[in-house]
Amino acid sequence: MQISADKKIEMLQTMILTRKFEDALAELCKIEGKIPGMMILCTGQEAVGSGACAALEPLDVIITNHRSHNHLLAKGADPGELMAEIFCKSTGCNKGKSGTLHLAVPEVCAPCTTTVVGGSLPIAVGQAFAQQYRQQDRVTVCFFGDGAADEGSFHESLNLASLWQLPVIFVCENNLYAGAQRFDEHARVKDLAQRASAYAMPGRIVDGNDVLAVYQATMEARQSAVTGGGPTLIECKTYRCRGHGETDQQLYQPRDEIEKWQKKCPIPRLSDELVSQGLITPDGLKEMETRAGDIVDQAVRFAEESPYPLPEEALDDVFA
Amino acid sequence: MQKLGLGQAVNQALREEMRRDPRVFIAGEGVGVGIHNSPMLPTDGLVEEFGPGRVKDTPVSEAAIAGLAVGAAEAGLRPVVEIMFNPFFTLASDMIVNHAAKLRYLSGGKSSFPLVVRMKSGAGFGAGCQHSHNLEAWAAHCPGLKVVMPSTPADAKGLLKSAIRDENPVVFIENMGLYFTPGPVPQEEYLTPIGKADIKRQGRDVTVVTWSSMLWVAFGAAEKLAGQGIEMEIVDLRTLTPLDKETILASVKKTGRLVVLHEATRTGGFAGEIAAVVMEDGFPSLKAPFRRVTGPDIPVPASPPLERFYIPDEEQLIAAVKEIVETGG
Ligand SMILES: Cc1ncc(C[n+]2csc(CCOP(=O)(O)OP(=O)(O)O)c2C)c(N)n1
Repeated sequence: MQISADKKIEMLQTMILTRKFEDALAELCKIEGKIPGMMILCTGQEAVGSGACAALEPLDVIITNHRSHNHLLAKGADPGELMAEIFCKSTGCNKGKSGTLHLAVPEVCAPCTTTVVGGSLPIAVGQAFAQQYRQQDRVTVCFFGDGAADEGSFHESLNLASLWQLPVIFVCENNLYAGAQRFDEHARVKDLAQRASAYAMPGRIVDGNDVLAVYQATMEARQSAVTGGGPTLIECKTYRCRGHGETDQQLYQPRDEIEKWQKKCPIPRLSDELVSQGLITPDGLKEMETRAGDIVDQAVRFAEESPYPLPEEALDDVFA
Repeated sequence: MQKLGLGQAVNQALREEMRRDPRVFIAGEGVGVGIHNSPMLPTDGLVEEFGPGRVKDTPVSEAAIAGLAVGAAEAGLRPVVEIMFNPFFTLASDMIVNHAAKLRYLSGGKSSFPLVVRMKSGAGFGAGCQHSHNLEAWAAHCPGLKVVMPSTPADAKGLLKSAIRDENPVVFIENMGLYFTPGPVPQEEYLTPIGKADIKRQGRDVTVVTWSSMLWVAFGAAEKLAGQGIEMEIVDLRTLTPLDKETILASVKKTGRLVVLHEATRTGGFAGEIAAVVMEDGFPSLKAPFRRVTGPDIPVPASPPLERFYIPDEEQLIAAVKEIVETGG
């Protein structure tokens, strides 16, 4: 499949924006009292969300998990509103109810994010069922980690999606760790994609640090889903370069393993390729980085200058 | 006396019981090697002492973790399993609620399931409602389970040791905020009985029944009210089920007034049960209407001002107490 230059540039932009967004958060969260709650980042994994979402149409749905920033930015969420929500401010996309962990952006068809590991899968099945029921040419992408594939909900969801041939794409972000457990400490299978065969579903293994490969696999899965071919499981092999969260000192991750994967960073991998192919100039790349930096600066400023919600606003949006 | 955080007290209880009884093992996510290394955490250093054969790191599989406990308990072991946060109890609940709680009865008393499920709970960390949701009343609603919620490190140690030795499934809920406030804990071996409330403060004017971290809110309020001539008696429930009705009723008989304070949400919260017990068996003692101070009926929001709004505080308790002391004769 030929991928257009514009598409490649779009994906590069998303990855760079995510990286800048999260680099800023990594610094900001060290400041006492600045950002409440946890800080869970995806440094090194940006190709997964950026590639998968680039293959989607605006009305396609994504359901994501605790490591959601990249997925949501890639789907088009407003960086300022996301940042403000992460800061727990009233101008955040969820008025401070969510904080960083459950960011919901229905405006871009990311209607809910769950931090219950494995929670994203059954919800994605439901979304895909509605798409099939309403005969929409749409799909649902479900993001989850390798750890989530050990929950019962993973197995029940894959079975049901396959049984009913639902238009859902299960994108497993296998970053080699679930909490402090390395992949081979929590599962015997070599590849999680293998588990698809148990449910008579195609299971694909993709280099999760190759955004073009993720894009291509998602395009194919999407094509299959909207033409009645049912669900696909895509296992993206990648790596969690940072700790589980920012308070995790990574004592259990070998230093050389981290360094090996840092060298496989998906961003230079694509930008070098685009520069060498002449699809972008070194200056153009710099400009792209500056622009992403500006967007993030602006988002941070917006978040910092925004007020916290008033205490009584806790009682708003209560319907039952 | 040694001073320990509640997590450290839990750690000491686990160590003592594992040394005493080779049938005791622990399992859960990150109980051996976790993402945080701190001596304040309950499972710190256990894998080093007891090895990975008795300190089992599991995949992210709450249903299997809970089921593991059910099966292994019947087979003669003494499982102490950890469900990381109280809201994830929902994933483990089939095995605990439908199985652990019922199977002893269903067997006509022949099979038993001596297991402990430990969970962290409590708001105040900005993590939001999928990590901070107090579900003790759910568990307490299940016959066949014992539900324990300690408020002090010393109680935590003695209660957990009792829980591990109990022939029944025990749900043991630890408020995370209490991990970081050290308190005195006897070094020696002792057991704190399950099903016994503890009067943490004597007073003549009003009974406040509470448990877990809210005890400390009650202490703060009691201090302030004492300055205004109102003496609060604080009953620390420690165990929701079996419920120590005698201690509650005796206290209400003495004070004639009852307020229940809990962090969990209001509707269907355990305050309602305590009120019902007093209505049924202690009504003549009451000089004033019953009041409860609880979290509002909302999921715990993440933003600090909203989260603070959620968590019951001293002012709310003081207002409730004053209202019934002043108007209730
Ligand atoms: C049901 C449930 N159990 C446990 C947790 C705590 N927890 C949060 S993230 C995580 C690890 C998840 O690993 P994985 O699915 O591989 O995603 P990753 O963090 O690597 O992106 C755990 C155990 C949770 N949030 N939900």
